[in-house]
Amino acid sequence: MSSSSRVPPSLRGILPVLVALPVLLVLELLLRDSQFTSFLLSVMGVNVLLAVSLNIVNGMTGQFSIGHAGFMAVGAYLSGITSLALKDVAISFLPVVVSDQVFLLVALLVAGGAAALAGFLVGLPSLRLRGDYLAIVTLGFGEIIRVVVTNTEAFGRALGLSGIPQSSSVAMVGLWVFLSVLVARRISGSSHGRSLLAIREDEVAAEAMGVNTTGYKVRAFVVSSFFAGVAGGLFAHFVPIINPGSFTFVKSMEVVVMVVLGGLGSTTGAIVAAVFLTLLPEAMRSLFTLLGSESTLAQQVDQIRMPVYGLLLVALMLARPQGLFGTKELWDVVPRWLPRRRKGM
Amino acid sequence: MSQLIQHLINGIAAGTIYALVALGYTMVYGVLKLINFAHGDVMMVGVYMGYATALMLGRQARGSVGGVLLIFLVAMVGCALLGFLIERFAYRPLREKPRLTALITAIGISFTLSYGFQLDIGFLPGSAPRAFPQIIKPAQWFTLGDPEFPDVVLWNWQVISLLVAVALMAGLQFLVYRTRFGRAMRAVSFDHRVAALMGIPTDRIISVTFMIGSALAAGAGLLYAIKDTSVSPLMGLYVGLKAFVAAVIGGIGNVPGAMVGGLLLGLVEEFVVGYAASTWRDAVAFGFLILVLLVRPGGLFGRVAAEKV
Repeated sequence: MSSSSRVPPSLRGILPVLVALPVLLVLELLLRDSQFTSFLLSVMGVNVLLAVSLNIVNGMTGQFSIGHAGFMAVGAYLSGITSLALKDVAISFLPVVVSDQVFLLVALLVAGGAAALAGFLVGLPSLRLRGDYLAIVTLGFGEIIRVVVTNTEAFGRALGLSGIPQSSSVAMVGLWVFLSVLVARRISGSSHGRSLLAIREDEVAAEAMGVNTTGYKVRAFVVSSFFAGVAGGLFAHFVPIINPGSFTFVKSMEVVVMVVLGGLGSTTGAIVAAVFLTLLPEAMRSLFTLLGSESTLAQQVDQIRMPVYGLLLVALMLARPQGLFGTKELWDVVPRWLPRRRKGM
Repeated sequence: MSQLIQHLINGIAAGTIYALVALGYTMVYGVLKLINFAHGDVMMVGVYMGYATALMLGRQARGSVGGVLLIFLVAMVGCALLGFLIERFAYRPLREKPRLTALITAIGISFTLSYGFQLDIGFLPGSAPRAFPQIIKPAQWFTLGDPEFPDVVLWNWQVISLLVAVALMAGLQFLVYRTRFGRAMRAVSFDHRVAALMGIPTDRIISVTFMIGSALAAGAGLLYAIKDTSVSPLMGLYVGLKAFVAAVIGGIGNVPGAMVGGLLLGLVEEFVVGYAASTWRDAVAFGFLILVLLVRPGGLFGRVAAEKV
């Protein structure tokens, strides 16, 4: 690739991060006064993070997992506990904002680590189970996490955790979205990614070609759940309260819809679908409010959203089972006259 | 001791209902190799049909035998039609596609039904649970100990649901193994392309299987509503999931397996509620499932098909 020949190899990994950070900080400064926009951007970011991470398991590896909200819950609760414990600590020689972000980062790493551990545990049954059976085990796992959380005193039982410092910022969400996309892209371009794709296409053949299928499947689960945990951690730091009701089967299915809509295996597709499905209810709500006469309809948008998701899934499978982008990335489907990126990264 | 007997009774009563719902999953899976995620929601729609019929009949008629039969008939026929429509327009076009597409479609249908029924527009019932009318007047058929505060109670609806469940299961077993239609079903299940070559009308067999499964779901759902005395749009999601767990525990695609799985799940849940904490019930159900699958990946009675390259 032309760009990689100009960048020294030692910098290739961190260069995108160095470019992205100032952009995110400027964005943060611009959005300081607009609370709604930054909330919406945070929700969008969390959804993108979830969709991109689920895509590593569902899209790239072909292991249909429908318990993603479980990992998100693990991350949300553990980061919440960490932040509550660290609430009164501050690093004295740093400004408050910076010190807050450092502790947030610590909490997010705890979240990711714990979720990765959970992902490892869920990945293990995939040694023996595949297809529908694995799907139901991941679903069961997500439900078990929810019941455990509901019954644990330290996690606030059904009431949930409140008082978590609201230290999340658009820049932090953006940074993690960026990191997850970077990791997903680099995985899909690497030999690891090729092995995952081989497992997706034909597990038996991949095994016969010498791919260590169990190892790769478990690793895909670990990476995916790490980012889901971080997404949960970020979520916990910008909503006022987290409770078991936020991490049900329904939340898992929302993420599945995003991945399927975008196209199983397409990272950019997952991003586009996550952004679209986050904005859609808002757009519908403002449209109905603009129309004025049907104000109750605007209030019902959240209710209408779920049946619409269901119909969307059915229609999509009937008309275009591979999703909007299929396994292609965004730049593979843009019109010919636009300059294209070459494959790989 | 009496407590144990009571838990056994409750567990079996709950288990038969799970088993009945699980039969629908198992039949569809046996014929199509598709986990029909929408099965529980079809059941929910059936319960609402029964509910509407019961309201229309009025207080007098719904207690009578004819009234109860009519309620069951309306719900089962209505659900059979719904099952036919779902199969015809959502699953049949996908029959030659990868199995994952059909699974996602099924999840889509499930969401459309369960959340569609929560809307408050037109005839849709809204999200609040409603009290299910007493179509069978509860009576204690058998008590043990003090007549005022008995240690063990056997309710009439428990006996009725057990009898109905056993009758439906026996009918199904007869249908599958003793009739021409059952033989055709088994042939389609074995290999639907070869079955078509042999002159079996594959599409019709699959449609009818779907309709029978959905009708069974409606019957089971009504029994559940009588036990639980309430209906809600989300009941399908949860009862359906449990029944699915039961079907997988028994080995999905296996009719006796679904019965054993349902009974086991009902008993396990009842003992958890009775001797541990009721809030852990769902976790134990899924934990039990994962445990069974880890030991026997095909379920208790299932076989793991060797994978061909």
